[in-house]
Amino acid sequence: MAYSGPSVFGAFDMVVWQLLALAVAAMALPVAVPWLGFVITVAIGKGLAALGVAMLLRGGLISIGHALYVAVGAYATAFLMLSVGMNELFLLLVCTTAITMASGLVIGAFMARYRAIFFAMLNLAISMVFFTLLSKLYNLTGGSDGMRVATPTVLGVTLDRTKFDLVLQFSAVALMVVVALLIDRYLKSPLGEALTAIHANEVRLEYLGVSARGVILAVYTISAALAGLGGAITAVAIGHVVPELSYWTASGQLVLIAVLGGISGVPGAFIGAFFFELVRTFAADFVPDAWNAIVGVALLIVIFFLPQGLYGLLQRVKMRKARL
Amino acid sequence: MNPILSVRDLHISFGGVKAADGVDLDIYPHEFIAIIGPNGSGKTTFLNLCTGYIRPTRGSVIFEGRSITNQAPRTITRRGIARAFQIPQLFTGHSLIENVMLSVAAQHGIWQAFRPLAHEAYRKKACEVLDLMSLGDIAHGPTANMPEGLRKLTDIAIALALKPRLLLLDEPTSGVSTAEKFALMDTIVGVLRAEKVTALFVEHDMDVVERYADRVLVWDAGQVIAGGPPQEILCSSHVLERVIGIS
Repeated sequence: MAYSGPSVFGAFDMVVWQLLALAVAAMALPVAVPWLGFVITVAIGKGLAALGVAMLLRGGLISIGHALYVAVGAYATAFLMLSVGMNELFLLLVCTTAITMASGLVIGAFMARYRAIFFAMLNLAISMVFFTLLSKLYNLTGGSDGMRVATPTVLGVTLDRTKFDLVLQFSAVALMVVVALLIDRYLKSPLGEALTAIHANEVRLEYLGVSARGVILAVYTISAALAGLGGAITAVAIGHVVPELSYWTASGQLVLIAVLGGISGVPGAFIGAFFFELVRTFAADFVPDAWNAIVGVALLIVIFFLPQGLYGLLQRVKMRKARL
Repeated sequence: MNPILSVRDLHISFGGVKAADGVDLDIYPHEFIAIIGPNGSGKTTFLNLCTGYIRPTRGSVIFEGRSITNQAPRTITRRGIARAFQIPQLFTGHSLIENVMLSVAAQHGIWQAFRPLAHEAYRKKACEVLDLMSLGDIAHGPTANMPEGLRKLTDIAIALALKPRLLLLDEPTSGVSTAEKFALMDTIVGVLRAEKVTALFVEHDMDVVERYADRVLVWDAGQVIAGGPPQEILCSSHVLERVIGIS
């Protein structure tokens, strides 16, 4: 009997188009408003970290300490430049991602044993321990003053800051598309689907001969690497790293962005990050004392009316069009 | 013929209740064995012990000549024992065919991060199993609100997709209407016989036991108190008194 299930390649193509639309928007906005280039770059950094959080959420795991890996990525960048003398942008991004991935693998081996509130609180605890270490080890980390991150070279070329920011913005957009497509592919693989299956029925998964801990360790390590990459982009974009990158409110923001954007598709995390950063930027300009309230109201609206997040709204529109 | 599963001196207690009290038995390839007994006699516990869900305090479980005592469920599953549950254990966020495709993928190695679950190789094998179980027409339907009979069949289809050599079924007809139970069992037994899968099923319905089992094992207070062909066992007054309460 032949079955005509939903086309994988059709679904894949849709994600490609959505990501390309996001990429075009991310590159077009700064053309109209040049200073938005920095906001977009930082938003992509946050989007990458939020994508890691969203992946964990698909498995029913909420991490309220994932800013830890953003901070690991950011500080690793600063240390690589300062102590090792590594000064090449793309090499820094690769090495930082590898370092964060390794730290995610080590911490994840411990975290994969826990579920629900225990998983959430342990992540929070470790991120706060890291925050305290960053704040107190003044001689090593610069304490609460943080560390400066110089402008790296790009393929051996030293650029002035304006040109570097432009290159960084384009590189971040390209990374967003490539990484999101890879993650989309992973989430649609048996390993990615097993993650969703853990949320539904972990016992049954074990009775398929699959190690639920192994599946969680894999996603935790990948999510840490994503957050580390996001942290590295943020570090070189801002040119400064501070312990607050690991603070619990930063982790809360990542969860907020993931929920706001929606976890049912990889573009959701970036849609949430763009929305969050743009609302924050413009609200801070027009109503500087109330930007938190605006973001809070936006989140309430999403929770009440768009439980699948802003990306879910896109899917709903698409389904309605398909029905007509 | 060597037994496919041998259990020796198996013990487990929960407080003062002995759920396995020195169980000894052998199961031979291609047998279809029913386990009957009163509630709380240790039938499901026996399945839990064989599949590693709980560990015995004493004794051993040997599968195909190698010990699987104290091994984890996933290790035992990989060795060739699959299980279907009294309450079907499905991935309710996935469609029926995705449930079975996950099982097929698990059998071939889940660690393929870039081959999609909907890959033709997984889909084809899942379709074969679904057709065998007469579930082909609803393959793309959701599993969340299926009738109990279909949930049972899906649970068994997931187990069968693992290509087990021994299948343990916990009350396959519980929650299924009287009208549906024989059709359900006809489908299950037909597939198991065709695939040459040895099976062991816990059952309370004596009509089902009489019609489908090659051999019946009677459980009481954690012990096997009788065993033999259904015609013989179900006529024993001692068995009927212990299992059904007829004196």
